[in-house]
Amino acid sequence: MTTTATTAGEALRPHAEEAFAEELKALAAADDRPRPASWRLSPWAVATYLLGGALPDGTVITPKYVGPRRIVEVAVTTLATDRALLLLGVPGTAKTWVSEHLAAAVSGDSTLLVQGTAGTPEEAIRYGWNYAQLLAHGPSRDALVPSPVMRAMAEGMTARVEELTRIPADVQDTLITVLSEKTLPIPELGQEVQAVRGFNLIATANDRDRGVNELSSALRRRFNTVVLPLPATPEAEVGIVGQRVDQLGRSLDLPSGADGAAEIRRVVTVFRELRGGVTCDGRTKLKSPSGTLSTAEAISVVTNGLALAAHFGDGVLRPSDVAAGILGAVVRDPVADRVVWQEYLETVVREREGWKDFYRACREVSA
Amino acid sequence: MNARPAPETAAARQPRRAGGPQPLLLGVRHHGPGSARSVRIALDHHRPPAVLVEGPPEADGLLPLAVEEDMRPPVALLAHVAGDPARAAFWPFAEFSPEWVAIRWAVERKVPVRFIDLPAANSLALQDECGAEREERRCRHGDGEPGEAEQEGQQPSAALRLDPVGALAEAAGYDDPERWWEDAVEHRAGGPAEPGETFAAIGEAMAELRAVHGDGGHDHDPLREAHMRLKLRAALKEFGDGVAVVCGAWHVPALTAPTTATADRQLLKGLPKARAELTWVPWTHRRLARHSGYGAGIHSPGWYGHLYNAPDRPVERWMTKVAGLLRAEDHPVSSAHVIEAVRLAGTLAAMRGRPLAGLVEATDAVRAVMCEGSDVPLALVHERLVVGDALGDVPDSAPAVPLQRDLTRLQRSLRLKPAAEARDVELDLRKDTDAARSRLLHRLRLLRIGWGRQTRSRVGTGTFRETWRLGWEPELSVRVAEAGVWGTTVASAATAKAESDAMAARRLPDVTGLAEDCLLAGLPDALSLVMRVLADRAALDTDVGHLAEALPALVRSARYGDVRGSDAGALAEVATAVAERVFVGLPPAVVGLDADGAAGMRRHLDAVHTAVGLLDRSAAHPHSGPDGQGRSGGSGGTEGSGPAAREPVGPGTPARTGADGGGLRDRWARVLHTLVAGEQVPGPIRGRAARLLLDDERLDHDAAARLMGLVLSPGTPPDRAAAWIEGFVGGGAGGGMLLVHDTRLLALLDAWLTAVPADAFTDVLPLLRRTFSAYEAGVRRTLGELVRRGPTAGGRAHTAATAAGAPGYGPGLDAERASAVRPTVHRLLGLGTDLDKDDHRMAGAVG
Repeated sequence: MTTTATTAGEALRPHAEEAFAEELKALAAADDRPRPASWRLSPWAVATYLLGGALPDGTVITPKYVGPRRIVEVAVTTLATDRALLLLGVPGTAKTWVSEHLAAAVSGDSTLLVQGTAGTPEEAIRYGWNYAQLLAHGPSRDALVPSPVMRAMAEGMTARVEELTRIPADVQDTLITVLSEKTLPIPELGQEVQAVRGFNLIATANDRDRGVNELSSALRRRFNTVVLPLPATPEAEVGIVGQRVDQLGRSLDLPSGADGAAEIRRVVTVFRELRGGVTCDGRTKLKSPSGTLSTAEAISVVTNGLALAAHFGDGVLRPSDVAAGILGAVVRDPVADRVVWQEYLETVVREREGWKDFYRACREVSA
Repeated sequence: MNARPAPETAAARQPRRAGGPQPLLLGVRHHGPGSARSVRIALDHHRPPAVLVEGPPEADGLLPLAVEEDMRPPVALLAHVAGDPARAAFWPFAEFSPEWVAIRWAVERKVPVRFIDLPAANSLALQDECGAEREERRCRHGDGEPGEAEQEGQQPSAALRLDPVGALAEAAGYDDPERWWEDAVEHRAGGPAEPGETFAAIGEAMAELRAVHGDGGHDHDPLREAHMRLKLRAALKEFGDGVAVVCGAWHVPALTAPTTATADRQLLKGLPKARAELTWVPWTHRRLARHSGYGAGIHSPGWYGHLYNAPDRPVERWMTKVAGLLRAEDHPVSSAHVIEAVRLAGTLAAMRGRPLAGLVEATDAVRAVMCEGSDVPLALVHERLVVGDALGDVPDSAPAVPLQRDLTRLQRSLRLKPAAEARDVELDLRKDTDAARSRLLHRLRLLRIGWGRQTRSRVGTGTFRETWRLGWEPELSVRVAEAGVWGTTVASAATAKAESDAMAARRLPDVTGLAEDCLLAGLPDALSLVMRVLADRAALDTDVGHLAEALPALVRSARYGDVRGSDAGALAEVATAVAERVFVGLPPAVVGLDADGAAGMRRHLDAVHTAVGLLDRSAAHPHSGPDGQGRSGGSGGTEGSGPAAREPVGPGTPARTGADGGGLRDRWARVLHTLVAGEQVPGPIRGRAARLLLDDERLDHDAAARLMGLVLSPGTPPDRAAAWIEGFVGGGAGGGMLLVHDTRLLALLDAWLTAVPADAFTDVLPLLRRTFSAYEAGVRRTLGELVRRGPTAGGRAHTAATAAGAPGYGPGLDAERASAVRPTVHRLLGLGTDLDKDDHRMAGAVG
């Protein structure tokens, strides 16, 4: 694939293999462990690249993914076997990010990418035709437009499929032959493309969206599944939310969220408690609503609240600014979720020290 | 057969002592399957003349039982102080415990086998001496040895002790001692290397450690090791060269330490002693796992058992087992999954630099390949396979379990003799002995030892009275033996059983019942866990019916706790939380119910109403404040004595409306108001809610009449109106009395009934009949008379009350009937018999 932004310096967002070229080079130099066929690094070095560490020559590898080591190890190991890797997780758990860096570290190229949408055609996974060529010269390999998956197979690279479950089921199933037979037939030419050693595929999917195209069990069993978790600690999540809110706020010319730190903590607490089905002190179980309540939603609730406070309030983030946003995020199903929310209000929020204002604000918007 | 080992293979006998017979020292990790296998191989190879095992010597007599057919591990040796079963220590053995393997090997081949540790008599006494360490001594098996590291975190006093394997693992660059031991020993053992080498190497490593750390802070170890040395010397004298010793690796260097028998004997002199009794008790894998009571500190007994039993290819066999389990639970897993899981586990192990895939790799692989990344099926795998639910068994010939002794002691001290013929016992809980008896019987009931059956009391129904029918069946002794697995005393066993039942209970009402039982049985320790489970179940239960069902029992328990003087504060707290959930969930739950559902929900409504009334009074709720006492208890309406008897609170005066929504009863009243107003709410429930409010003075009679008028107006279909009436005045005497006393309501009803069209009348008739036939005959008769008197009475009843006498009765006096009672009234008032003189006064009084 030719990139239109020719030099990395001009691109708004350089690819992982360009942005971290130095680290990859240092790792390759220091890596003396056995590498699977066509791999740029050994599995150990790939794991180090993602999780960060220091090399014997003093190069510091920045952590790309902050999370359990086990997850990265299983993911890298899966790529070393000939099974494909499926990264599952709610939105905002760095699935795409991990997939890009894995491809960059393993194959040195993260651009063999199929973006899954409801309209992804079979051609995006198999191959298309250059119709001018086709009409002029008839079917030939020259008239064939290979898909990223086909190119990865031919060159022994890592292909990526984003949002696998958004792709229509019949298109998804074209992957079955690719993953089990490691071959892609081209019946029009009586030819086939056989995968070279080193080919593998990383797919990402969102496991909380309902109504998407569930994987057929035939396809599912070609994948090893790794679920990327939400931030493990409240501090980590508060940090992520605060940082993103700050960034978003600046681009929207909103006042900084620093003075709303308490409110951010509260939003994160509410989200974590409802999502986890248990209060932060671990003493009371709760029902969970049907919504995702991801970190990304917490960010939007706080941003919304900041906008409200800036334009209609006194500029300070107050409970009443976030209450409506929280209600909207929690109550997706008007009957079941409302019960969940009210129970939460009455059994947890009402009794909590220092949450009186918040309780009042929530009751106001819930009524 | 060459029983004499070649000198170069006897590496395990290091270090040598000059001259004299040499022991075969087999240092093991307790419950290590690799150690167990090595021990078996070493024993087969060296054929020692006798086997010595770390354990209490008093149990030597019990060792032959190990090979009996009915003996099935996991089992434990239990030592307890005679007459006080609560002071006890356990030595658990699993199938894969090296000690167990050694014992069985020896007993099967008629090779003498002996325990060499400090006698239980001494260790139990020592345990009492350092009371603070008592708990920790209970889980004493393998003090300071591999596998016990995990417990140390829980016990502050033990935190300072050295974890020998942890130190070795740290030296090898491992962060997890368990994993190091697995990699270095368990996964290596049984390989081509001569088994003695491993033992020798471990012995040397431990010797190094002990050279640095001394006894590592294990304070009783010098005593134990001195005793072991004495026993070892005696055995060497008796059996000669090659006596095998199976003990924790930590002790190996001490056994060869150059001390004299005299010094050892000196050390052991004057040790405190208690009279100990020992027996075998059945054990479970779950209890071997570290997170329960007398845990042996191993996380994964199931996995270890698998490693020990698998003849080859442990990972492949494990994955097949996992696949079988998941398939049995309808989780589709194919052979291809098994293949891929095995490959992934192997590759993971290679990447992590381990010699063989261990449980961590196997679990990661199962999660990624078979469970689609989900931890839910994985939890099942952990529960059933990694821990496993193996339950041991001991032969009948094993000595009686301490539970039986404790029961016998209690029976004697409480003067409750077990007798076969059934007899009734009346217990007055205000007396200490009777209360203790009641607790015992309730505890036994929890343990499924059905000695007593509670029957309805013949003498009154006070909460302080209980009647039991006692009958001791012979099979109850078997039950007691079975229950021995739960604990050594009736109290501790009942506590453990109740906790286990609570964890296993699926339905909310089951847990509620359990909470009640715990209170009755006086098990405060179990109660806290039961309450936690209860709160969790209540939080996750989406069926308001379940919650409503659970609430009355909870409230009853909370109040009962008060009677018994036990702490029921937590109970009231949970009950309040459940009530809150009912309040939130009830309005949406009653919308669009069918007739049967509505009838069920109506019962729940009554139950919750009663419970809330009791709860608000019993719970020391900060909001109930000074006026909490003046409030009349909501008695559920059905046995209510009529509105007149109540203290008037007035409609819509919830009195305490704050930001937090007032007291429990106020919030409940608000829920009822919502129900009354709900158009989608079925008639019986709306009617019932209105009635409950009316009885509670939360709704005045004018408002009730207005509500009834709305429902009975022509716009409402007759069947719905009839359903409302059933809810409002149905259910026994209370409803009838209401109509008798409030003739406006009766008049409304009467007017509606006469206006029901003929074709609809047959539809509403069954409903009405059901409603009114439940009234007492007297009430029905009065109602009939009131109706016969005609609708005129109703219209002005209230306004004309003073002139007309009572509402619903005709104006003025019926002089003829009044004169019949006049003489009696005169006598009652003490006015003599001069009727005429007092006529005007009487008239005034009646008016």
